[in-house]
Amino acid sequence: MSFITYLKDGISLGAVYAIIALGYTMVYGIAKMLNFAHGDVIMVGAYVALMMLTKTGAPPIAAVLVSMAACTLLGITIEMVAYRPLRKASSSLAVLITAIGVSYLLQNLALLIFGAGGKTFVNVVSFPSVSLADGQLNISGTTIVTILVSVIIMVSLTLFVNKTKPGHAMLAVSEDRDAAQLMGVNVNATISLTFAIGSGLAAVAGVLLCSAYPIVSPYTGAMPGIKAFTAAVFGGIGSIPGAMLGGILLGVIEVLGKAYISTQVADAIVFGVLIVVLLVKPSGLFGKNIQEKV
Amino acid sequence: MKKWTRLISVTAAAAMMASLVAPASVFADDVFVIGGIGPLTGGAAAYGTAVENGAKVAVEEINAAGGINGAQIDFRMEDDVHNQETSVNAYNTLKDQGMQVLLGTVTSAPCIAVLAEAINDNMFLLTPSGTAVEAIAGDNAFRVCFSDPNQGTKSAEYIGDHQLATKIGIIYKGDDPYSVGITENFTAEAPNHGLEIVSSEAFLGDSTDFGTQLNAAKNAGAEMIFLPIYYEPASLILKQAADMDYHPSYFGCDGLDGLLAIENFDTSLAEGVMLLTPFTPNAEDELTQKFVAAYKEANDGLVPIQFAADAYDGIYAIKAAMEDAGVTPDMSVSDICEALKVSMQNITLEGLTGTITWGADGEPNKEPKAVVITDGEYVPM
Repeated sequence: MSFITYLKDGISLGAVYAIIALGYTMVYGIAKMLNFAHGDVIMVGAYVALMMLTKTGAPPIAAVLVSMAACTLLGITIEMVAYRPLRKASSSLAVLITAIGVSYLLQNLALLIFGAGGKTFVNVVSFPSVSLADGQLNISGTTIVTILVSVIIMVSLTLFVNKTKPGHAMLAVSEDRDAAQLMGVNVNATISLTFAIGSGLAAVAGVLLCSAYPIVSPYTGAMPGIKAFTAAVFGGIGSIPGAMLGGILLGVIEVLGKAYISTQVADAIVFGVLIVVLLVKPSGLFGKNIQEKV
Repeated sequence: MKKWTRLISVTAAAAMMASLVAPASVFADDVFVIGGIGPLTGGAAAYGTAVENGAKVAVEEINAAGGINGAQIDFRMEDDVHNQETSVNAYNTLKDQGMQVLLGTVTSAPCIAVLAEAINDNMFLLTPSGTAVEAIAGDNAFRVCFSDPNQGTKSAEYIGDHQLATKIGIIYKGDDPYSVGITENFTAEAPNHGLEIVSSEAFLGDSTDFGTQLNAAKNAGAEMIFLPIYYEPASLILKQAADMDYHPSYFGCDGLDGLLAIENFDTSLAEGVMLLTPFTPNAEDELTQKFVAAYKEANDGLVPIQFAADAYDGIYAIKAAMEDAGVTPDMSVSDICEALKVSMQNITLEGLTGTITWGADGEPNKEPKAVVITDGEYVPM
């Protein structure tokens, strides 16, 4: 029974990684850049939701919506101010370094505004917990909601990309940016839309992450951000179902590694598994092996 | 170039002359100059000001009662902003003002830096609150509080002697020397007090998921969880254990102090949490009540924290040692230090933080004290 408990914990943790990884993978797949500030947008989302809940007393759903709006705006602004001017830069490293800079900027701004100390997050999920097998397996409402939300987001993102016009524009930009522009696709608007969706998802991830592990500090997003990035690479970066599967697997491996091997080296195990997967399948679990045309 | 060298050497020579002359003018035969160093501004200011205020209460009491060996105390506090360089500068400033013994420094890292200077000068150093092992790594240095790892030993002693639990689970932070040090000493001491450690699990970095560690403790049947960690992760552990319907008792060290101050934290989760702390203003003994009243009166109703109590005991320890050694204010810094080194091991201090004796290593021996959180307040156990 303890194995099933650990498995449930792993899936619950993995579902949060999955939502964050979806944001990473969308931005990478379409804009071909690693947005290292994604984890910190999560932190901003969590703070905005917390301020709404505690300072204005807004109902949870309103807090989540305001937090999503704020993060969407933040994502578009970051893209326009920090990344767009560098898109034509000779080296793709320039934009990567800028992303790291934005990440620190957000962390330091949060330090300045909210202070270094952590604040306890108010749980926004009022979903009843489920007790199975005579109370031996207790699944909290937050866990259920997190898993449901991550599945809903994955399905709707897949549908959005494959069935709608802006989605097709995203696919086109991802395949060949210059050709898409020649075919009349507004590349800048498409990339802005990608950042808007990715950052909106980050707000949801922030609220769910802090509902499950209820403390928010300026560094809340940093480690989950790195883990989710790993999950996105694990599943094949650019692939939406890959990010989902990668996130869940990463969470399960982490928790089982902690439970059965050692709490000290759990992270080393997670990244060790990543190395093995990449050695066997360099493009990740669901990644397409695309030949770069020279 | 040559001109500059000459100018510098002339200035240096002048400075040396000045330093030879200056102290002599401030030495007075009837006053002991006790220096204090700690952060009075900046992020750690709360600790330094508490030490200053606590020490002043003791100094006023002693001076009113006739001083030490007939001489009054002149207590001078300098700010170090919890910074090593500033702290060494503060030390030099105090030395120029004729400091004979040092009560400080308040925080560990500056204390390590100042200790090196104090060893060179053979200056007697008593830190009220520097907990790092290295902060008193010299035979001229002593401390009032427990060292970090000693809190582990004392916690095991306290839990065992008061029979709070027998099966203990530990959750510690594997990449923090403070937490690992306490855990190692706790683990070593536990069997001597009939305690069985049934699980000992680490976490790293800013981890927020403690499900695995709590499950391990629960499955191993731990009745009590020992938390040698800071209060932020502890608040998550309390929440997650309650969520999984696991209700052990909890015991922590000074790192847990601050649990009740986390914004939005549901303090009912902390109900019954015990922590090792040398002082609580709610204690009902006469000494504590007298100190709290005097402290409040001198500081606009401010309630003293443990640092103030450590400083108060520190001043009285210096007094007791000076009386034991028969030290007089006209003695040199080094002679006073040699005398106090020996006398510190002779004295027994009935202080706010317990009945204290000192060993040659400078560590205090005293009964550990603990508080339990009841209705959102620290209540002495």
